[in-house]
Amino acid sequence: MTGYAVRRMFHAILLIKCVLVVVFLLLHITGDPTAIIAGPDATADDIVRLRTLMGFDQPLWVQYGKFFLGAVQGDFGKSFEYGESALALVFEHLPASFELAISAFVLSVVIGVPLGCLAAFRENSLFDRSFIGTTVFVQAVPDFWLGIMMITFFSVHLGILPSFGRGSWTHFLMPAFAASTYHLARLGRLMRSQMLETLRQDFILTARAKGLPETMVVMGHALKNSAIPIVTVMGLDLGILLGGTVIVETVFAWPGAGRLVVQAIANRDFPVVQAVVFLLASVFVLINLAVDLIYAYLDPRIEYS
Amino acid sequence: MMEDTRILGSYVHIGAMERAASLLSSLRRDWSALLGVFIIVAVVAAATLAPVLAPMDPYEQSLSRTLKPPLWSDGEHIFLLGTDHLGRDFLSRLIYGSRVSLIVGAFAVLLSGGVGLIVGLLTGYFGGKVDLVMMRVADLVLSFPFILLALATIAIVGPSLTVLIVVMSLRIWVIYARVVRGEALKIRGMEYVQAAHAMGGSHTRIICRHVLPNVMAPVIIIASLYLGRMIVIESGLSFLGLGVPPPTPTWGGLLSEGRTHLYNAWWVATFPGLAITFTVWGANLLGDWLRNVLDPRLRSL
Repeated sequence: MTGYAVRRMFHAILLIKCVLVVVFLLLHITGDPTAIIAGPDATADDIVRLRTLMGFDQPLWVQYGKFFLGAVQGDFGKSFEYGESALALVFEHLPASFELAISAFVLSVVIGVPLGCLAAFRENSLFDRSFIGTTVFVQAVPDFWLGIMMITFFSVHLGILPSFGRGSWTHFLMPAFAASTYHLARLGRLMRSQMLETLRQDFILTARAKGLPETMVVMGHALKNSAIPIVTVMGLDLGILLGGTVIVETVFAWPGAGRLVVQAIANRDFPVVQAVVFLLASVFVLINLAVDLIYAYLDPRIEYS
Repeated sequence: MMEDTRILGSYVHIGAMERAASLLSSLRRDWSALLGVFIIVAVVAAATLAPVLAPMDPYEQSLSRTLKPPLWSDGEHIFLLGTDHLGRDFLSRLIYGSRVSLIVGAFAVLLSGGVGLIVGLLTGYFGGKVDLVMMRVADLVLSFPFILLALATIAIVGPSLTVLIVVMSLRIWVIYARVVRGEALKIRGMEYVQAAHAMGGSHTRIICRHVLPNVMAPVIIIASLYLGRMIVIESGLSFLGLGVPPPTPTWGGLLSEGRTHLYNAWWVATFPGLAITFTVWGANLLGDWLRNVLDPRLRSL
C-alpha cells in the first residue's frame, strides 16, 4: 500500500510537470506568441519591440527553461491588466471558485445519493420510473441556460434572489444549484444502478436469510459495498466542478477563477490564463490522486502494479 | 463444451441483417428510444432543410421591428417566435442555429471516434511500449479541466468551425481509446483469435475481421452518448463568445444575446436553451437505448 501510494504520488508530480509543458506550449501553438499577445491592432513596430521585451526571439528551449524556473517558484509573470503577479491574482479568486464548486458538489451528493438509493429500493415503482425519466432529462439541460432561466424567474419576476455576485447565502442558491444539476442527475443514476447490482449479490441474500432487519441489511451491507464505484465518480465530479464552473461563474458574475479566466482571455492577459489553467489542472491531478488512494484504502483487492 | 459451441454458433449465425432487424424491433417496444429517434430526426431535418423550413432570411435586419414578442402574445406581426435585437426573425435564426450544433457535435464525435478507435486497437492488440506511452498521454489529457483548456486554446488559435471540432475531439478520443483498448486486450487472448493466428492469419486480417467487429458496439455507444455532451459544450463556448463567430446563428450565441434582454425579451434566451435541451435529451435517450441493447456493461459512461 505504501509503495503504491508513493508510486501514485510520483506519477502525479510527473503529470503536473507535463501540465506545465502544455501550459507553456499553449502560447506557442500558432508559432508566433508575440502577435497573439499584441492583438490585432498592434503595428509591426510594436510587435518587434514586444518580441525582444518578452524574450520570444530566443530559442524555444531557453524560453521554456525560464518559464519552468519561474513556474516552480510560483512566478508566471505579471498580469498585463492588473500589474500584479498572475499567480497571486489567481489565488485571490480561487476561494470563491472552490466555495461554489464544493457547494455544488455537496448538493449533488446530498440529493443524488439518497434519491438514487431510494429508487433502487423501490425498483420499477412509479417513483423509480419518474426518477429515471427526470434524471435523463435533467442531464440534458445546459447549466448556463438553467442559470439564466432561474435569474429570469427568481430575480427578474419574483425579485427574491440576487442575480449576481457573492455575499450572503442567498447568493449561493442559484449558482450552486445550476452547477450541480448535471452531476446530481448522473450521480443519482449511477447510485441507483450500483445499488441494484449490490442488492442482487449473494451476501445480501445471506444477510436477509439470517433474519437481519432490512435497515441493517441496507446500512451495513448494501450501502458500504455500493460505495466504492460511487467514490470514484464523486472524485471525478469534484475535480470537474473545481476546474469547470467557468460558464456558471460567468452567468452569475461570480468572482471566481473561471470568470477571471474568461475576462483574461477577453483582455489578452495570457499570464493569468496560463496560471489559472496550471493551477486548476494541478488541483484536478491532486484530487484524482486522493481518489486513487481512498479507493485503494476502501478496496484492498486492487492490484498495485 | 456444449455451452461453448452453442454461444459460438449463435455468433456465427446472426448476420448483420438479422441484428439490424432485432435492433429495430426492440426500438419499436421502447417509447423513450422512439422519442429520442424522433427528436434527432427532427433536428437533422431542420438543419438540412433550413432554407426551405425557415420562414425568413436569418440575416435580414430591420431596425423598425426589433425585439418583437412571439406571435401568440402580440398578433400584429408575422414572426412566429418574435425577433431579436436587430429585428431578425428568431425562428429562422433558431432553425439555422441547429446547423452549427449538429456539425460540430457530429464531426467531433466522428473525428475523436476514428482516432480513438485506431489508437485503442493498436495499443490493445500489440501492447508494448506504444501502449505504455499512449496510456500516459491519455492520463495527461484527462488531467486537464477540459472546458478551461478548450477556452484557452480557442482564444489563442482563434474560433472557427474546424478549430472547434478539433479542440473538442482532443478530449473525447481518449475515452474511445481506453474502452477500445480494454476490449481489444480481452479479445486478443480469446481462442478464436489464437486459432486465426495459428491458421496463418496476418495481424491486419485478425484486427479487421475479428477484433474490429467486436469493439464497434462500445464505439457506437460512446459516440451517441457523447454527441449530447459535445452539443452542450459547443453551445457553452459559443455562449462565451468563443464559438463560430457572428453573424452565423448558433444556439449558444443566441442565448448570450438573450442574456442582455432578460427584462424585456424573455424569448431570446428561452428558445435557444429549449432547443439545446431537447436535442441533447434526444441524443441521450438514443444513446441510453443503444447501450442497453448493445452493451449494458458500459453504464458508467
